[in-house]
Amino acid sequence: MPLLNLTLKVWRQENAKSEGRIETYEAKEIPTSASFLEMIDIVNERLIQDGEEPIHFDHDCREGICGMCSMTINGVPHSKERGITTCQLHMRKFSDGETIWIEPFRANAFPIVKDLVVNRSSFDRIIAAGGYISVRTGSAPDAHAIQIAKPDADAAFDAAACIGCGACVAACKNASAMLFVSAKASHLNHLPQGQAEKDQRVLGMVRQMDEEGFGNCTNQFECEAVCPKEISANHIAKLNRDYLAASARDSVS
Amino acid sequence: MSLDSKVPKGPLAEKWSSHKMNSKLINPANKRKFKIIVVGSGLAGGSAAATLSELGYKVECFCYQDSPRRAHSIAAQGGINAAKNYQNDGDSVHRLFYDTIKGGDFRSREANVHRLAEVSTEIIDQCVAQGVPFAREYGGLLDNRSFGGAQVKRTFYARGQTGQQLLIGCYQALEKEVSKGGVTMHTRTEMLDLVVVDGHAKGIVVRNLSTGEITTHAADAVILATGGYGNVFYLSTNAMGCNVMASFRAHRRGAFMANPCYTQIHPTCIPVSGDYQSKLTLMSESLRNDGRIWVPKSAEDAKAIRGGKKKASDIPEDERDYYLERKYPSFGNLCPRDIASRAAKECCDEGRGVATTGLGVFLDFEDAIKRDGEDAIRARYGNLFQMYEKISGDNPYKQPMQIYPAVHYTMGGLWVDYNLMSNLPGLHVLGEANFSDHGANRLGASALMQGLADGYFVIPSTIAVYLANQKPGAVTTDHPEFKRVENDVKDRLKSLLEVKGTKSVDSFHRELGLLIWDKCGMARDKEGLEYALKRIPEIRNEFWTNVRIPGSANGLNSELEKAGRVADFIDFAEVLCHDALAREESCGGHFRMEHQFTEADAEVQDGTTQTGEAKRHDDLFQYVAAWEHTEPGKAPILHKEELIFEEVKPSIRSYK
Repeated sequence: MPLLNLTLKVWRQENAKSEGRIETYEAKEIPTSASFLEMIDIVNERLIQDGEEPIHFDHDCREGICGMCSMTINGVPHSKERGITTCQLHMRKFSDGETIWIEPFRANAFPIVKDLVVNRSSFDRIIAAGGYISVRTGSAPDAHAIQIAKPDADAAFDAAACIGCGACVAACKNASAMLFVSAKASHLNHLPQGQAEKDQRVLGMVRQMDEEGFGNCTNQFECEAVCPKEISANHIAKLNRDYLAASARDSVS
Repeated sequence: MSLDSKVPKGPLAEKWSSHKMNSKLINPANKRKFKIIVVGSGLAGGSAAATLSELGYKVECFCYQDSPRRAHSIAAQGGINAAKNYQNDGDSVHRLFYDTIKGGDFRSREANVHRLAEVSTEIIDQCVAQGVPFAREYGGLLDNRSFGGAQVKRTFYARGQTGQQLLIGCYQALEKEVSKGGVTMHTRTEMLDLVVVDGHAKGIVVRNLSTGEITTHAADAVILATGGYGNVFYLSTNAMGCNVMASFRAHRRGAFMANPCYTQIHPTCIPVSGDYQSKLTLMSESLRNDGRIWVPKSAEDAKAIRGGKKKASDIPEDERDYYLERKYPSFGNLCPRDIASRAAKECCDEGRGVATTGLGVFLDFEDAIKRDGEDAIRARYGNLFQMYEKISGDNPYKQPMQIYPAVHYTMGGLWVDYNLMSNLPGLHVLGEANFSDHGANRLGASALMQGLADGYFVIPSTIAVYLANQKPGAVTTDHPEFKRVENDVKDRLKSLLEVKGTKSVDSFHRELGLLIWDKCGMARDKEGLEYALKRIPEIRNEFWTNVRIPGSANGLNSELEKAGRVADFIDFAEVLCHDALAREESCGGHFRMEHQFTEADAEVQDGTTQTGEAKRHDDLFQYVAAWEHTEPGKAPILHKEELIFEEVKPSIRSYK
């Protein structure tokens, strides 16, 4: 199996309050069939052998669905490969002798916990501000009581595919969370079940987003380009329409 | 100690409704006085936390991930079963019950399984109302597909990400309750021990993984929904963080561990490629709706494929062995997981395996693409095909996938009664963490069903059976037991850090995993299990004298987190091997080489079954094995709960 020798430039930061810095590590004899995170595992194993602290990074499912992994690789969240998370990136995409820059997802609303680990609980608070349908367990009608046209169901699904990783925020020069918020709102707003609370949902989520310190959208589409689930920025347009209508109704009510 | 399953009296189909009618209730004004701790925020824990809060209880929910939405339920791909009979193909609650009992090789509790089948239909209603975007037909109604071990289409699905969509529904319900103040969520917080006061589970000790702070929490009842122990094998389809610590800490404090030897090896995963490998990736069982599994008939052809001299397409049709279709003509490629996995292993043991390591079989979509077209296959499995291509670098539209079995799910877990309460009063266990519904083998698309059944519909009702006899808030963290357990936890972290040895935590985990996979994996025998039981104490001894954990207990320290989990996996592995050794029969995921059908058996001669199939011994082993902890290195004590079959008659499981 071909092996790669690489140089890593990695962001190291002890905790939220300390200063960070870029450290250089040699990653020698990395198998091309290893995943990117397995490459970090190999480097960490060697750091531990040398008595150093390993590089801390978030990861869990390692199959592209939990949304936990969050690295900016050579300046691009989840790397320049389209439609994948960091954990789905494999070393066969790199060449021998390359230097790789690895940084955390950066945004004011994602404070660094340590090294490459950031705190994304702001996303949870946005959902708590209205990103749900209020249906008490046990009170649901039969699942076939409502028919949903396939195009609507598919549109809802395309938005629902969001894994909440935050790459959209990290890619945006304004650290805007509009792609995330619009995908979450659009999922529910496309469905008949989601209509009753639509206005409250949109107003609540957008206000919380602002409160968390995310920036505004200036239509650069960087978010769409890095989204591992390739969620369309068209959802942002829908959110803007829904928000406009909701705030108009809110101001006259 | 006798184990009382507390299964209600009366006809099977009426047990659940009569139990709800006959159980005590807690009035709405009193519910808010009770506090409940829920550990884990996956489908079972998240749905329980949300629903208990809706009912009025005060809930504290804990998860080690940075958000409850990331619990490993999210990775379930294929679907969720429900006896809706929307396809008009003869499904019913009774058929789902029967298929699940048979799929579990007659080693589960009838009453629990029937209840599961009953509430399955309500789960779908609930999820649709929450906005879960299940697949639909053009007419706007829900679509279904088929899964292993069933001859009806009862599986609801959301592309290849059913787990994520169900978990998002559950997470949104949870966040709704967070916003109302009923649930307090503690993320990046790991349970490190259980606090037992006067024989009742009354609290937990946790570590904030970001700050390292240790805190104690008291409640009127504790719910564990912390998933399975598949990572004892090191390589599995589980997330990297999945661990047995919460369950094992409870086990050490007196909760019985039931049937740990029932582990599920999933037949369709991407094969291992090297030593650096950190996890295995599942390819959904739904692929077996259209994919055909085969290996070359001759070992020679297989060798040529392994060496790169031949490709799958070079093997003519009559030189291919579609072994599942050959051995199990009526279920074919959709036979249950334990059977499909063992058949794959047999082929590879015969030298007919593919993949570079020889540990792989083909999953081929050529016929399906010819029949339905590439677009139709892409619509059904596009994201799975893409996932496969990303990892392997091969295009499955052109070349068959190569797959091999991998550890996926664990049927065993903490023992619970019909109310989902363990033998330790106050401690309730839900989802994969308990042992209750799948017997010796779980059918595909039943894990999501069980997690949500437990959380949305069972525990909200059965927890009152316990709470009705408790005085709310009677135990607080001022009780000296909390301080004592907190000190235990701190001492343990200190001892781990003080070892200052030379080997990493992962290296111990890998060594343990290889041993367990080798001796207690797809096939087990007495000799191998005894060897494992000899090796485990040696691994433990080396771990506690030679592990190296850099850094301190203050702040984020991923090596320290892993060390605590691996230390418990080592101790847990002993219980696993003791159980596998004691169960002198083959059933479901537990295959003892000494107990299989041979030519000499009448059942083979009369065609009921075939050689190499699992041979149960109902006269001796028709019981749940519940193990009581003694001390690491010492054998646990076996307690038995006899399984009584009133409705179905255990028979030789046949999928021919």
